[in-house]
Amino acid sequence: MSLLTRRKQRDQLLHLTLKLSALVSIISLFAIILFLLVESWPMIESTAISQYFFAESWHPTNGEFLLLPMIVGSLLIMAGAMLLSIPIGIFTAILWQFYAPRWFSTLLERMVEVLSGIPSVVYGFWGIVVIVPLLAVYQAPGTSLLAGIIVLTLIVLPTITLVANSTFQQIDKHYIQNAIALGLSRFTIIRHVIFPQAKRGLLTGVILQAGRAIGETLAVLMVCGNVVQLPGSIFEPVRTLTSNIALEMAYAMDMHRSALFLSGLMLMLVVLSLVLISEKLKQQGNNL
Amino acid sequence: MIHLPSDHSLADRLLKFTSWFCGLLLFTFFIYLFFDIASRGFSHISFEFLTDPPISAGRAGGIAPMLVSTLLLLALCLLISLPIGIASAIYLAEYTNEQQWFARIIQTNLNVIAGVPSIVMGLFGYAFFVVALGLGFSIIAGSLTLACMILPLLIRNIENSLRNIPNEYRINATALGLSKFRTIFQILLPMAARGILLAVILSIGRAMAETAALLYTSGYVTRMPESILDSGRSLSVHIFDLSMNVPGGEQNAYSSAFTLIVMLLIINLITLGLSRTIHKRSV
Repeated sequence: MSLLTRRKQRDQLLHLTLKLSALVSIISLFAIILFLLVESWPMIESTAISQYFFAESWHPTNGEFLLLPMIVGSLLIMAGAMLLSIPIGIFTAILWQFYAPRWFSTLLERMVEVLSGIPSVVYGFWGIVVIVPLLAVYQAPGTSLLAGIIVLTLIVLPTITLVANSTFQQIDKHYIQNAIALGLSRFTIIRHVIFPQAKRGLLTGVILQAGRAIGETLAVLMVCGNVVQLPGSIFEPVRTLTSNIALEMAYAMDMHRSALFLSGLMLMLVVLSLVLISEKLKQQGNNL
Repeated sequence: MIHLPSDHSLADRLLKFTSWFCGLLLFTFFIYLFFDIASRGFSHISFEFLTDPPISAGRAGGIAPMLVSTLLLLALCLLISLPIGIASAIYLAEYTNEQQWFARIIQTNLNVIAGVPSIVMGLFGYAFFVVALGLGFSIIAGSLTLACMILPLLIRNIENSLRNIPNEYRINATALGLSKFRTIFQILLPMAARGILLAVILSIGRAMAETAALLYTSGYVTRMPESILDSGRSLSVHIFDLSMNVPGGEQNAYSSAFTLIVMLLIINLITLGLSRTIHKRSV
């Protein structure tokens, strides 16, 4: 009998330990938000958030915190990169699934898998030595919004392609077989049978990648020029929220530091809402 | 891949053309990137490059301290995150199902952590590990930050490999009177061993690519780290610094990028091999 109770105790102890370690991840998210809040509190408390949009300029040492150019910069770069990478990624996945010979698709898939693992800093470096000089030929200085968009596209494109590809793979094969049996043409099947089913999966993947794109820091910092301004054209330099943190954190004091943490908190909230939206979409998809 | 009947309509030809165009665009772009980095990076790689300390801020010399720092960061990061990762994954896979609210909260929570921008994770690491815990710019602070970042990836992959074990094993173990403790440690974990290894390797790849989170946690001193409380510059931070702050550091940046990519390629090959054998075994 004592053996049995010991066994039971051991099982209970195990259950407790496991449950506690599962709590670690919850605690760490809590800690992340808490620390960002605490560090940015002086800024939240002392100045109106409207300062971010209506101050004269970004001169943190003089108490001017106009964050608008960085917010616009981040959004423009993200939007540009998504606009380029979504169609290229989806069309490439369509190519792999329906048009290309199998060996070519497999080869390309392996390659893109490797590419999705390459550090973004390598893409950033490559952007500096290859893409920026190329753009500078058209219009100096080369470090610009466009360079940022191109580099960010290269960074998110592999993952978007892989996500689109696996979404197409997960489609119920019965529908496709029935469509073939009905004698529908290839284009009709792709457009009216496969695409509608893949739509939700594609959207979920794209939303998550948008979160990744807006959070990308160093690669964008390396090629964008980092001038605080509202860009007049895609050839002008911009600065993003993330690069602003990376550039100024090293010497930021007091209110300035607090302002940087607050912009981090804002990024965090954007990503949080994107993740929650994609979860909601996934859930709705499961309930259908 | 399903073979669809061919079609000669204009719409189909247009779609075919567009998708070939996009696919080939991607193909050429990345072939260019590969060969550019390989050809310009490889020429400078030598035994000395891997074993020498950098000279004049990295313009000359090698990358030995960065390699050591990178390896230290990875090892410590795994040491911290693996026990928590395995335990959380066992809890999720063996004690909960997807419908329970607690499990759902943990899953959402993991998805959010996985999405936290790395610079924001770096801010947190700086405020918490570096300043609040007083660890300073150190390898241990960097590892703790990295551990937070890879935990979701680790947990999700290990959880999946546990869920892929057929339920008969659990039922049979219970029927034989095995305790939950023994079922987990003597049956389920050994069966999931390959999956766990795969998860670890994937996480190493992710951690090795990380840069922004390390900038303000493990610092960017180029010295050889003497202990885990020393600041250490990872290879990825080295590439960043060489290309941004060191005029004339381009050649060594190419070589460092090449080294990093080769390391990642090796990881990729191992992953591919492992996932193939897992697939074979489960068939």
